[in-house]
Amino acid sequence: MTTLLIRGATPYGEGGPVDVLVRDGVIREIADRVDADAGTEVLDAGGLVALPGFVDLHTHLREPGREDTETIETGSRAAALGGYTAVFAMANTDPVADNAVVVEHVWRRGREVGLVDVHPVGAVTVGLKGERLAELGTMARSAAGVRIFSDDGLCVADPLIMRRALEYTKALDAVIAQHAEEPRLTVGAQAHEGEQAARLGLAGWPAVAEESIVARDCLLARHVGARLHVCHVSTEGTAEVLRWAKGRGTRVSAEVTPHHLLLDDSRLSTYDPVNKVNPPLRTATDAAALRAALADGTVDCVATDHAPHASQDKDCEWSAARPGMLGLQTALPIVVQTMVNPGLLDWRGVARVMSERPAEIAGLPDQGRPIAVGEPATLTLVDPAGRWTVRGADLASVAANTPYEGMELPGAVVATVLRGALTARDGKAAK
Amino acid sequence: MKHLLGTDGLDRDTALAVLDTSDGLKRTLLGREVRKLPTLRGRTVITMFYENSTRTRVSFEIAGKWMSADVVNVSAGGSSVGKGESLRDTALTLAAAGADCVIVRHPASGAAHRLAGWLAEAGTSVVNAGDGTHEHPTQALLDAATLRDRLGDVEGRRIGVVGDVLHSRVARSNVHLLTTLGAEVVLVAPPTLLPTGVADWSVGDAGSLVVSHELDPELPTLDAVMVLRVQAERMHGGFFPSAREYAIAYGLSENRLRLLPEHAPVLHPGPMLRGMEISAAVADSPRAAITQQVTNGVHVRMAVLYHLLAGEEDGS
Repeated sequence: MTTLLIRGATPYGEGGPVDVLVRDGVIREIADRVDADAGTEVLDAGGLVALPGFVDLHTHLREPGREDTETIETGSRAAALGGYTAVFAMANTDPVADNAVVVEHVWRRGREVGLVDVHPVGAVTVGLKGERLAELGTMARSAAGVRIFSDDGLCVADPLIMRRALEYTKALDAVIAQHAEEPRLTVGAQAHEGEQAARLGLAGWPAVAEESIVARDCLLARHVGARLHVCHVSTEGTAEVLRWAKGRGTRVSAEVTPHHLLLDDSRLSTYDPVNKVNPPLRTATDAAALRAALADGTVDCVATDHAPHASQDKDCEWSAARPGMLGLQTALPIVVQTMVNPGLLDWRGVARVMSERPAEIAGLPDQGRPIAVGEPATLTLVDPAGRWTVRGADLASVAANTPYEGMELPGAVVATVLRGALTARDGKAAK
Repeated sequence: MKHLLGTDGLDRDTALAVLDTSDGLKRTLLGREVRKLPTLRGRTVITMFYENSTRTRVSFEIAGKWMSADVVNVSAGGSSVGKGESLRDTALTLAAAGADCVIVRHPASGAAHRLAGWLAEAGTSVVNAGDGTHEHPTQALLDAATLRDRLGDVEGRRIGVVGDVLHSRVARSNVHLLTTLGAEVVLVAPPTLLPTGVADWSVGDAGSLVVSHELDPELPTLDAVMVLRVQAERMHGGFFPSAREYAIAYGLSENRLRLLPEHAPVLHPGPMLRGMEISAAVADSPRAAITQQVTNGVHVRMAVLYHLLAGEEDGS
């Protein structure tokens, strides 16, 4: 394997610049100055911040089933360009990833593409129907080694099924990731239940539909002594519930999406469905509370909920549109905009919420590791002074629609390194 | 005015200009044997109705024809719409075929806004003839025209709107227009049929908005009452316990009518559910302005088409 010398990067944005020598996928030397042997690839990283490679617990790669919107290959490219070295592919594909055959297929395709570690998420229930448990053990013991199960897109609403899922996964060293949405409270829901949606005549998706499920699941997880992960926390109230549950020792973790940190329901007045997402964009007050919750650790990490959709499913009337937006390539810039620039997180904190905590939650032994000699060279190099303007057509995903179209964002991923191999550099994926 | 998508944000001067034009057209046509003006000759107006609505579609069609526009009616049942064509493609097709104005009724809130976006390049005007539970601006304009007929002016008047405000595009459009025109609007409904935070909505600066759950104490204070239809699916949706209880609490009965001041008319956007939100006797009484609303509807829609399609000549 080749030798890579990363010259002049600042780990975690702390202290002075150092050279990092990588051989056979492992960090071999970190020093003020490392000389390059002949044949060593040198990456000039002057002015860049070195972080552990990002881990996304929540990605929709759409393969199998909707390859017209994203594939494991294009999604992997988007991930590498966004600074990710591991992504979790949600189970709501067609066919559903509720058995070992589908999860192994996703896992193998990810390995073949080789730009990012693609970990399939297994469905909690057969066909995401919420009625009976999928073969969780078989998926966990398959080559894919599934460690996160989720019916994401749908809530495991039946409290008994949820209890059994939490209880059963205790033996699998796995975690249930819940899409918290009480379905009886969101029948026909189109947008955050608030003044904005009410004026616009859009049926409301009330915050309590999320908060009540999170509260219930925290109680269930504590009752059976299991771990719970809460997907895409979107309300101030959920953050309060999580704070309470963590305070009494519940083993619960939670993620927030970049769009819920940055955007709010004031964008709805155009009726442009690029802003339609589930859970919906909430109020500016919610967004501010989520930023505070991410900063203080109540919310553990950022996950993209990258959800590509075809143009015909977005360039239509609001109620006919599908919920979801692209996220992999804009995640870090949005974290810089909403968390780093206002002083809520330093780069050490970015490493925590983008890499270390998600790797811990998912139980990935070789991701989210310290930048230190002997550790895997799985790194993301960020230009903190970089600025770029989002153009959907330029993103690596098949789908091109994005609410960030034309928005200028700070912070650019310059290079991504997966076990010593450059997977993305200067806006180009390695393959 | 390029489009009429809603009354939220419609300025007072434009609203009054449309209402004045409507009055003028009504006077012009009064007693004429041939009720046809040449104003929009050569202009093509297409109505696209994705929901059944005989009264609104016919009203727009008559309005267009009395202005000598060529009016083409597209209904969702008998067109490509039934074959799964997208709203965007249908709109672009109609614009390419030469529509100067598209009048759209659609079950999705915001559909008219989306159409206006897609048709910006073609330059086609869009009139919202009702989008989901959002707005129905020409209904509010014809209601305002009727209130002006009955009360002389809307400014300073206290207007009650009773019923399913939550799902009513008529109510939303009236809240915005009537407050812009200086009225105090009183929404009367059970809490389950009111939109989120409606008491705090910012509305027209000239007027104000209040919310009440009790009809009887409000009636003596009102200068007009607008009764909203209660749709059958709401009765089974758990928004209130029973049709009987609703009628008892909010139905406009003959007894309730006596609580209303003599000068105050009763409006209803139709179609009515007699015995539910309004009793047959009230609906047929001289206090009811319901047929007057329908007549004004034609004139108001003529005025809207005039301001959209002949407005340039107006300004020059």
